[in-house]
Amino acid sequence: MTSLVVVSAGLSNPSSTRLLAERLSAATVEALEDVEVTHVELRDLAHQLTDQLLTGFPAPELAAAQEAVRSADGLVVVTPVFSASYSGLFKTFFDVLETGALDGTPVLIAATAGTARHSLVLEHALRPLFAYLHAVVVPTGVFAATDDFAGTDLDLRVTRAAGELAALMGKVSRVDSAVTHRRTVEDELAEPTPFEELMRRASQR
Amino acid sequence: MQIGIFTVGDVTADPTTGRTPTEHERIKATVQIAKKAEEIGLDVFATGEHHNPPFIASNPTATLAYIGAQTENIILSTATTLITTTDPVLIAEDYAKIQHLTDGRVDLMMGRGNTGPVYPWFGKDIRQGINLAIENYALLRRLWTEDVVNWEGRFRTPLQGYTSTPRPLDGVAPFVWHGSIRSPEIAEQAAYYGDGFFHNHIFWPAGHTQQMVDLYRRRFEHYGHGPADTAIVGLGGQFFMRENSQDAVNEFRPYFDNAPVYGHGPSLEDFTEATPLTVGSPQQVLERTLSFRDYVGHYQRQLFLVDHAGLPLKTVLEQLDLLGEILPEMRKGFAEGRPAHIPEAPTHASLVAAAGGAKDSTVYAEADSATGHRAEDELEVRA
Repeated sequence: MTSLVVVSAGLSNPSSTRLLAERLSAATVEALEDVEVTHVELRDLAHQLTDQLLTGFPAPELAAAQEAVRSADGLVVVTPVFSASYSGLFKTFFDVLETGALDGTPVLIAATAGTARHSLVLEHALRPLFAYLHAVVVPTGVFAATDDFAGTDLDLRVTRAAGELAALMGKVSRVDSAVTHRRTVEDELAEPTPFEELMRRASQR
Repeated sequence: MQIGIFTVGDVTADPTTGRTPTEHERIKATVQIAKKAEEIGLDVFATGEHHNPPFIASNPTATLAYIGAQTENIILSTATTLITTTDPVLIAEDYAKIQHLTDGRVDLMMGRGNTGPVYPWFGKDIRQGINLAIENYALLRRLWTEDVVNWEGRFRTPLQGYTSTPRPLDGVAPFVWHGSIRSPEIAEQAAYYGDGFFHNHIFWPAGHTQQMVDLYRRRFEHYGHGPADTAIVGLGGQFFMRENSQDAVNEFRPYFDNAPVYGHGPSLEDFTEATPLTVGSPQQVLERTLSFRDYVGHYQRQLFLVDHAGLPLKTVLEQLDLLGEILPEMRKGFAEGRPAHIPEAPTHASLVAAAGGAKDSTVYAEADSATGHRAEDELEVRA
C-alpha cells in the first residue's frame, strides 16, 4: 500500500492550516488507488521537538512520527506563515529529522496566512528548504489566505497539486528510482558497511 | 567486571549557589576524585579530552600520569581520546610513556569529539571525522606494533623509518576501546580489530544502545574474534543517590534542570525513564545498573559519570562513598549468572600473558656519544 504522511504545523484548534492539510490529503487520496494516510500534528509534538533539540534523541511519539515520514511514499507539508516564513515549529521538525530521511520523497508544499501578500513564501522559503533536503517538490504549491477559504479557486489548486503529488507517488518508487538515498544510521545498524570499504573510503582523496 | 568512573572535566556553576569553581580548583578536584575512586575500590578512572572552555580536560596524559603517581591499582583510561584531531604519533608516544610510568595501568578509548571548532583549530575537517578516526587509528596500531614504520596516508605528513618511542611496555600495546554514541561505523571498526566497544549510554534511550552493541557483537564474531557474547563491551552510566530516594530527587533536580547537555529540556522524570540516569536510593541504583545486562548481555566495563553539572566536590565524594558501599553487592550481582566463557576486559597482565610473556621491546640504536648521531648516518653523509 502507498503511504501518505501529512505534516501540519497549525497552532490553534481548529486551525486553517489543519483544514488545508485535510483538503490536500483528501484530494491526494482520491487521486491514488490504495493509500494509507498518517497525520502528524506538530503542535502535539512541540515539547518533544524542543527536547530533541537539547538531548539529541526523540521521545517515542516523535520517533514514531519521524519513522512515518522517513518511510512515506509522499508527503503533504503545511505551515502557517510566521514573520515572513514557515513557523519555527515547522522548521524544527525538519531540523531534527535525520539527514537523508527525505531523499527522493515527493512533497507537496502548502502554507496558510492572513492575507495573500505572503503567498510567495512557498517559493522563497519552503521550496528551497525541501530542495536542500533532497525531496522532490511538486510544481504546484498551495497557498491559502483566509479569504481563499471562501472561493472556489483554492479547490482547483488543491486538485492540481494533489494530482501532481499522486503522479509522483505512483511513478517514483523509493526503491526503484534513480534517486540516490543517503544511508541512515538505521541502514548501517541493519547492514553495516564492511570495514574494508570504510578503509578504502578513508584513504580516497 | 571492571567498575569505574569517567569525567568530562566541565567547569560548571553550581546552580544552587551560583558559584563556579576556578580551573585550578577543578583540576585539583579531578585528582582528588580519582584518588577517592581508588580508595573505594573502583577499577577504572577515565578522563575526557577537550580543548576549549568550560573544560579543564586538555592534556589528559599529564593528568593521568600525575594520578598514576599517587595511586597503586586503579586502571587509568580516557573517555575519550580524540583520534580525529590528535596526531596519532603523539598518542603512540604519550600512552606508551604512561604505560611505562604506571607499570601498565593504562588503556584508552578512542572518540571523535563533539566540539565543531576543535577540528579547524587543529587543522582538520569535521566532515572527515569518520575517515580521520579510521586512518589515524590504523597508523596508531602500526606505531605500537612495528618497530620501524614507513607510512603514507591522506591526513598526515608521511613517515619514513620512524620508530615511536618508548616502545610499548613489555612489547604489548595498551588495550583500546572505541567509543561512539551514534556512528555504526565506529562499532564496525572496533569489531574489525577485535578491540573493545564502549557506548556512552547516558544520553540516549536503552533501545539505541542495544542496537549499537548488538551490531558490534555481530561483527566481532563475523571478523573471527570469537562468539558474539565474548566481545568486549563497556557502558556509561549516571546516578545520584541518597539513603532516602526522595532526598536524592530533591537535591539533584536543580543540577539536572541546569545541566549543560540536557538542562532546560525534558523533565528529570522523563529523562530517568528514557535513559540510564538513576536518581534514588543506593538500592535503586544497584538494581538499575544490574538491569543494563538485560539489553546488552554480559559485559566487561561499567563507568559512571559522577562529577558534572556543577555538583560540588564534597557531594561528588559523598556519591563515591555511597557507590563504595554498594560496590560489593554490584560485583556480586554482575557475577551472578555470568557464564564461565565470558571474558574479563583485557588488562596489561592478561595481554602480556596472551602474548607469551613480557618482552623487552626497547629499540637499541647505537649513537655517537658526542653528536647523538648513529655511525651509519655519518657514513651516509660522507658518501
